[in-house]
Amino acid sequence: MDIQLTINDISLKVPEGMTILDAARTINIDIPTLCYLKLNEMHYNNNIASCRVCMVEVEGRRNLASSCSTPVASGMVVKTDSLRAIQARRAMVELLLSDHPKSCLTCAKNMDCELRRLAAELGVRAISYEGVQSEFEIDHSSFSIVRDPNKCIRCRRCETMCNDVQTVGVYSAVGRGFETVIKTAFDLPLSKTACTFCGQCIAVCPTGALTELDQVDKVWKALNDPDQFVVVQTAPAVRVALGECFGLEPGTIVTGKMVGALRRLGFDRVFDTDFAADLTIMEEATELVHRIQHGGRLPLLTSCCPAWVKFFEHQFPDLLDIPSTCKSPHEMLGVLIKSYYAKTLGVDPKNMTVVSVMPCVAKKYEAARPELAQSGEIADVDIVISTRELARMIREASIHFDHLKDQEFDHPLGESTGAAVIFGATGGVLEAALRTAYEVLTGETLEKVEFESLRGMDGIKEAVIPIAGHDYRIAVIHGLGNARAVLEKIQAGEINYDVIEIMACPGGCIGGGGQPYHHGNMEIIAARAAAIYREDRAKPLRKSHENLAILGLYKDYLGEPYGKRAHQLLHTSYTGRKKI
Amino acid sequence: MKLKNTDALNALKAQSLKLIETRRVAESVSTKNAQGLIRHVMVCGGPGCHSSDSPRIAELLEEELNRLGLSEQVKVFQPGCFGFCEKGPMIEIHPDNVTYCEVSAEDVPTIVEEHFIQGNQVERLLYMDPNTKERFATNLPFYDGQLQIALRNVGYIAPENILEYIAADGYQALAKVLFRMTPLEVIDVLKESGLRGRGGAGFPTGLKWEFTRKSQADQRYIICNADEGDPGAFMDRSVLEGDPHSVLEAMLIAGSAIGASEGFIYVRAEYPAAIHRLQVAIAQAREYGLLGTAILGSDFCFDIQLKYGAGAFVCGEETALIHSIEGARGEPTVKPPFPAQKGLWGKPTCVNNVETLANIPPIILKGANWFSAIGTEKSKGTKVFALAGKVNNVGLVEVPMGTTLRKIIFDIGGGIKQHKTFKAAQTGGPSGGCIPTKYLDTPIDYESLTAIGSMMGSGGLIVLDEDDCMVNIAKFFQEFTMDESCGRCTACRVGTKRLHEILTKITEGTGTLEDLDKMEKLCHIIKDTALCGLGQSAPNPILSTLKYFRDEYIAHIVDKTCPAGVCKSLLRYEITDKCVGCTLCVKKCPMNCITGSLKKIHVIDQERCLKCGACMEQCRVTGAIIHH
Repeated sequence: MDIQLTINDISLKVPEGMTILDAARTINIDIPTLCYLKLNEMHYNNNIASCRVCMVEVEGRRNLASSCSTPVASGMVVKTDSLRAIQARRAMVELLLSDHPKSCLTCAKNMDCELRRLAAELGVRAISYEGVQSEFEIDHSSFSIVRDPNKCIRCRRCETMCNDVQTVGVYSAVGRGFETVIKTAFDLPLSKTACTFCGQCIAVCPTGALTELDQVDKVWKALNDPDQFVVVQTAPAVRVALGECFGLEPGTIVTGKMVGALRRLGFDRVFDTDFAADLTIMEEATELVHRIQHGGRLPLLTSCCPAWVKFFEHQFPDLLDIPSTCKSPHEMLGVLIKSYYAKTLGVDPKNMTVVSVMPCVAKKYEAARPELAQSGEIADVDIVISTRELARMIREASIHFDHLKDQEFDHPLGESTGAAVIFGATGGVLEAALRTAYEVLTGETLEKVEFESLRGMDGIKEAVIPIAGHDYRIAVIHGLGNARAVLEKIQAGEINYDVIEIMACPGGCIGGGGQPYHHGNMEIIAARAAAIYREDRAKPLRKSHENLAILGLYKDYLGEPYGKRAHQLLHTSYTGRKKI
Repeated sequence: MKLKNTDALNALKAQSLKLIETRRVAESVSTKNAQGLIRHVMVCGGPGCHSSDSPRIAELLEEELNRLGLSEQVKVFQPGCFGFCEKGPMIEIHPDNVTYCEVSAEDVPTIVEEHFIQGNQVERLLYMDPNTKERFATNLPFYDGQLQIALRNVGYIAPENILEYIAADGYQALAKVLFRMTPLEVIDVLKESGLRGRGGAGFPTGLKWEFTRKSQADQRYIICNADEGDPGAFMDRSVLEGDPHSVLEAMLIAGSAIGASEGFIYVRAEYPAAIHRLQVAIAQAREYGLLGTAILGSDFCFDIQLKYGAGAFVCGEETALIHSIEGARGEPTVKPPFPAQKGLWGKPTCVNNVETLANIPPIILKGANWFSAIGTEKSKGTKVFALAGKVNNVGLVEVPMGTTLRKIIFDIGGGIKQHKTFKAAQTGGPSGGCIPTKYLDTPIDYESLTAIGSMMGSGGLIVLDEDDCMVNIAKFFQEFTMDESCGRCTACRVGTKRLHEILTKITEGTGTLEDLDKMEKLCHIIKDTALCGLGQSAPNPILSTLKYFRDEYIAHIVDKTCPAGVCKSLLRYEITDKCVGCTLCVKKCPMNCITGSLKKIHVIDQERCLKCGACMEQCRVTGAIIHH
């Protein structure tokens, strides 16, 4: 049923249940918002109306209404641009600024801060209500996330993301009144909590209260150390998002320019994590076949995502035997660089630095896991920087990104297929696995390589794929809340699958916590996904087992997939952890 | 013993009447003539009397009566609050209906000897009117003009005995609702009665029930809001402690009317006595088949659980209260959806305050017209006020809506303490407003209080006199709402903090006229933008004092003085030439900042002076130490 109302003297009809905010947007009136964030595709909705910025005047109402949470009503007369509404909005921003550090010039969120943008848009020229400011300790405890509650505006987006979407439950508002702050249970440092470091809190934080641990200086230092052989690798999702940082349209593929920029920055080798994605397919597919043939426990869960790994270690410590033992791709590549490739070059792995450029902040934590190192000493990966940090480095180095010529990854660890690049989007790992599994198990050529049923933003996708007389029950899950729901059903014996792909971040790695900020525009994520699949189609090879460099690697160095040396280098183990 | 039907209830009532008939005689029997009759001694068990050792008095009375072999004839009870807290501990003796005030444990032997053995009233313990010096054994002026509906049983029945409640028409309204009325008729009666929520907002109760009933759902809930949080307010506590069954009965009625089978009482954990009484009452109601399945033999099933509030003021706001029951952080969320649509666990929920509920059984029994004949055009029935501050008769009063402040403060309340001048009445709890002298004759109801910049709230009424600084009063209440803000919305979390900072500046003498404008503007913005009622009403104390007592703000800002002599930073103690040099003040000063030797005029070191006033209190020479 449509509702007739008037906004700023314009009469309009909108569906029942729509908010004033959304109704206004249908007639191109963009009411400023701050705490509000609605990501339909992620089933994320933060309309708790806490910031009180989107206030509008509704005729007949005693006070102003928060447009993000007030549904339209028949005959409603709304003013979004009255002096009363504008003054109230500005006052809210002034109040927020009165309790906000004025360190914008040096803030990590500088130029990306929604509060700062709002202050500019609303023409705040002075803060009428100055007073004491909150003083909270900054939490630097983790390898991934820096929490500065002094910059928090209590929009609670992080809380909604962590508690409702990811069901990790690390954040909660604590205290009352002016002392209210978003904290962890018992005020524990993040490193001591069940935080998975997925970084989705960073992805939605409007200010600099949540940012990634900045590792740029460590990279500069390594690059300027003449004794270090510095190798960089880039994840599939980085190439479809990095361009956004330089003003390019979302979904622009910048693989070649990115490689060029990395060379200009001074990396000795530029490798592609995609190579290791192809390798992951070989290992994981073999592991699955091995489990099926030897009566191993099913389902096999993918283990590429470090946030997901930490999630199940905390939340499902009794299921530690079901995830694949494969290391995540960048860790596989890291260990190969420091073993196989170091040997080829004749370089001491101790003099090598491996830098991973990831769409992710959990990878920073992952790289520091003690078991992901040779002999417990030589870390597989030394430094992880996010897509955003790479963009900063490129700017710092005065590189005009847009004018870079396309360049190719270095051989041999830069070779990859289309199956590898789709790892960047939800469903990609299983789609890549199926391309290989089909051909290996049937001995036939797979003509239609695109598995549409595994693509898209549905939180849980299921399919039964018959291959060589066996029906493979598979599921693709993104978002940890969805993963929890399915795992609980598996625990209860209600459902089962042969294999499940799980990625912590909504949309998969393209929506990772280290990607350029999307500011609630889901079209950006969709454009990145489309670019991933475009990149796949443009590849001459689209199946992992066709990657000649991979085949060569097995022949020359690793031996059999899932064999002894592969186990030693490419597989890992998990640790049960407490819920809090 | 489960009551299987109305007849069983009526039979039980007939049997139980003897329990209370002594207390409800039509006409008082003289103390002399009462000798030999069964006597009931009611020792007030209200919060104030309880703190003044009334349980000990009750115990001593029993011991003494026992010792003298009178315990069969004279029974001692500890019911709920009598309301007249100023004169507590109080006891009432029936059927001669004699009230003794300010009774102490030492008075017990005298009372027993004089009253029960000699048949004489103890004159010195009778209430004395401070103005006329007249003594009252019964019909105390404090109760003149009061009308007790919500508090009808409080102080009259033993709260831990369901039979006394049944004798006092208890559960008759429930029986009527279950067997002689349809749910829609019940809702209609409530709507026609004009009963409005007594918790603060004054929403029509019948409409609330109707909305909840109309919401489609497989389950609905009734919640009794017993999270009484206004400082100084204790009307809900008194009902819970003195008449817990009336709340249970009203919840049962609500449950049957809206189609709910479960109820929750959200009671603050700081009310252990109330919690205990509720636990006892619930257990008794279950025992008599008044809670549980097939209530009174009908097909109606209903049960009640207690949930304890942890002391957050904001949890009195219904959405915050619901979140708290659910185990979430107690903070309000935006309405709509209203609890009637989507409340506890997402189901339609009706949240009613204790006092509101306590009104319902009599409305059902006596009808909508009886209730709506009491009060004003838009506010029906009575309201309980917690009368406090600089008034002679501090206590709990229940008066018809439309009673004037003058009647409450000067007649019932007995006027201002120490014959000082009335300055203002602060009503509506911490987010209410201050009402000046010129509105003393306004008949008070929901609308009139709002119109003069205050509100009904839950019924707090604090009387202020000439010694109160209105800026300081505004700051006091504002500080309360600032501390109790849930911290969710910007307007309240940061706004109330900034208001408090400006007020602090003003009371410390560093405020400017520009601050005053800024503060007033911010008050209006907070009212306009805050998410819940707490935030929206938080500026009321400032706005109402700015409206009626702006001159006091100006005095603080421009003249740097506090006219009432309250704001310490603006005070200055000085020793005049009337000083005789006795050195008393020198010895008393905690800062040792008064210098002077015998027979020489002393001097205060203003730099170090704390402004504690100890010197002035000590000085025996009028005018030797002054403050300004």
